[in-house]
Amino acid sequence: MTLEQQLPALQVILPLFGALICALMRRGSLAWGIALGVSFAMPVISGVLLAEVLSNGPISYHLGGWAPPWGIEYRVDTLGAYLLMLISAIGALIMPYARASVAREISADKQAWFYTMYLLCLTGLLGIAITGDAFNIFVFLEVSSLSTYVLIAMGKDRRALLSAYQYLIMGTIGATFYVIGIGLLYSVTGTLNLVDLTARISEIGPSRPVLAALAFLEVGISLKLALFPLHVWLPNAYAYAPSVVTAFLAATATKVAVYLYLRFLFSVFGVSVVFKGLPVPEILLALSIAAMFGASLVAVFQDNIKRMLAYSSVAQIGYITLGIGLANKMGLTGGVVHLINHAMMKGALFMAIGAVVYRVGSARLEDFAGIGRRMPLTMAVFTLGGLSIIGTPGTVGFVSKWYLAVGALDKGWWWLMFLLVASSLVSVVYIGRVVEVIWFRPLLHTGTTVREVPLAMLVPMLLLATATIYFGIDTTLTAGIAGRAVDMLLAGLS
Amino acid sequence: MAVFSEIVSHYNHWITIFLMVSGLYIVVARGNMVKKLVGLSLFQTSVYLLYLSPGKILGGTPPILDPNFAVYSNPLPHVLMLTAIVVGVATLALGLALVVRINEEYGTIEEDEIFPVKDDE
Amino acid sequence: MKLDLIFRITTKLILPFILMFALYVQFHGDYGPGGGFQAGVITAAMVILYAIIFGLPAAQKVVPARLAELMIPLGALIYASVGAVAMLLGGEFLNYSVLLSDGPHGQELGILLVEIGVLVTVAGTMTAIFYSFAGRGR
Repeated sequence: MTLEQQLPALQVILPLFGALICALMRRGSLAWGIALGVSFAMPVISGVLLAEVLSNGPISYHLGGWAPPWGIEYRVDTLGAYLLMLISAIGALIMPYARASVAREISADKQAWFYTMYLLCLTGLLGIAITGDAFNIFVFLEVSSLSTYVLIAMGKDRRALLSAYQYLIMGTIGATFYVIGIGLLYSVTGTLNLVDLTARISEIGPSRPVLAALAFLEVGISLKLALFPLHVWLPNAYAYAPSVVTAFLAATATKVAVYLYLRFLFSVFGVSVVFKGLPVPEILLALSIAAMFGASLVAVFQDNIKRMLAYSSVAQIGYITLGIGLANKMGLTGGVVHLINHAMMKGALFMAIGAVVYRVGSARLEDFAGIGRRMPLTMAVFTLGGLSIIGTPGTVGFVSKWYLAVGALDKGWWWLMFLLVASSLVSVVYIGRVVEVIWFRPLLHTGTTVREVPLAMLVPMLLLATATIYFGIDTTLTAGIAGRAVDMLLAGLS
Repeated sequence: MAVFSEIVSHYNHWITIFLMVSGLYIVVARGNMVKKLVGLSLFQTSVYLLYLSPGKILGGTPPILDPNFAVYSNPLPHVLMLTAIVVGVATLALGLALVVRINEEYGTIEEDEIFPVKDDE
Repeated sequence: MKLDLIFRITTKLILPFILMFALYVQFHGDYGPGGGFQAGVITAAMVILYAIIFGLPAAQKVVPARLAELMIPLGALIYASVGAVAMLLGGEFLNYSVLLSDGPHGQELGILLVEIGVLVTVAGTMTAIFYSFAGRGR
């Protein structure tokens, strides 16, 4: 087999090998070097896979040489390749940033283990996006979740341990619900391959075990997605984890759960079972609106900026699920394109906050007073990301909200469009609060160490911030591919 | 009468549901962190039963190829549950390690004693 | 003291049989319940029993903590390397039939090697977990 044919397997194996070699290392800088090499190789592989899928259609790789549905199949289609590109790109941008940040926030004897866990998390997330076997998804889900718990527990504050524990309990319940759903499906259809499941469920239709499986799968995946009201683990986990971990997780972990949600809702179960069997769109709409408003309002009153951005993430996930609940072409495109857009915005925002934590040592709002004068580029990144969250025209946030609004109008729901605009106004309040403090207050921390962060930390942030502007103006790559993925999803059986 | 025998013949599913619900109840209702982990393990055990009990085919032999037998029990659920058991063990080990560290940091593992403690933001 | 003596002598007699049983479970995983994970746990149970009866420092002289921590990625590397060798020989990842000229014999060899990898990792992991829990609070 040629190298190009082996790429789907290499996408998952390279981070795994990298993780195992990092585990043998003693020195943090060597482990960082390995993680850097692997992280830079990932977007190359994902890019080739994406180009291949866009021109030639889905790629199928038979693990172990066994043909599906008996063997495990790695199946890359448009939506999957889109997500692979997202995860790889974020991983590649985080790694140069991570060296200084990790050296500051994590003790020296644990740094090699940090990079091991990071690469395992990367393996798990990439594996979920690439595999076409339902139980293999569970395996990779648990690989990424367990390494995430460890990464979060490495935070300096002792509340990081509590957050990791809470996330462990809730995440394991979510993963176990997922396994229960797959078990019910397996006992009804006899197969675990996603394509085969699609065919057999369409023969069976909305019978009771199929609907029960759908319910278990949805609740399980919603726990990982941080859909309101199952989002309780997210603010604590993001607030007390190391800055690199928060930036990486905020940009990738929940997006992969959304991918799973889309895959099961539209591809495996199909529109006919889901929308006629259970009132899924209504429930999603209600929960999304609750997330959008509730989480944004709570974010206004936070004093810890990381926590505020975490609640903002819950609200933004509400936008994504709103797009899924609308379930028409425009709404769903808005939801899918918001996957990449939100990853860019939140990645840039959390990296900027991490840079301030690197210099100042705290993420509290009052410690950010006047920082804009000493760290202008970092705060420019934050301001751009904040404008994007609000949905200013010319940024990626506006693109997603535009698609969502058009999708709402396509269904004739004017009230939903007004709700979208109203929730954006709430985000103006919490972003504006921070912007006022960082630019317009007198400087609090006047030590000489409070200056711009090193170039290795600055360049990834600036790249992401530029991306939020660039992809807000030229949307062919993001919204174009999202549109093609949505066409494939809405076509029903894949 | 037919309904009664229908219900009783699915006893494996009733046991699964009982374990599942009691595990979830323990996770939700108990504030001691180790007890929560025990409840989580109980919940995961019910999932093993959910997969394994339909795997036994009535009249099937163990799944080793033999020319005398035509009906074999399904080996795939056992393989899947082996993976799930390992995942459960890893989760339990990680959870207990976190509890040990929380005990060192806070001095207690009862949630209602930990939550009122207000650290500096 | 007297009870201590009974434990110590019994443990010394039992330990080799535990290891032999672990290896039996390991190599008969093809034909009955068993395989790498179960064998690894039994092997670790042997080390843990020794540590409980004879004390943690004595156990750490036999199986140093550093060795246990090294075994964890080593076993997984063995497993992943078998798959990588299969890829280099022209098959897909973890396609055992390309490992030898004869398909089914290649499968046997491949499964044997990956199970050894699983044994090493699981034994190392369980022992390392025990060492990290037992060594605290002293």
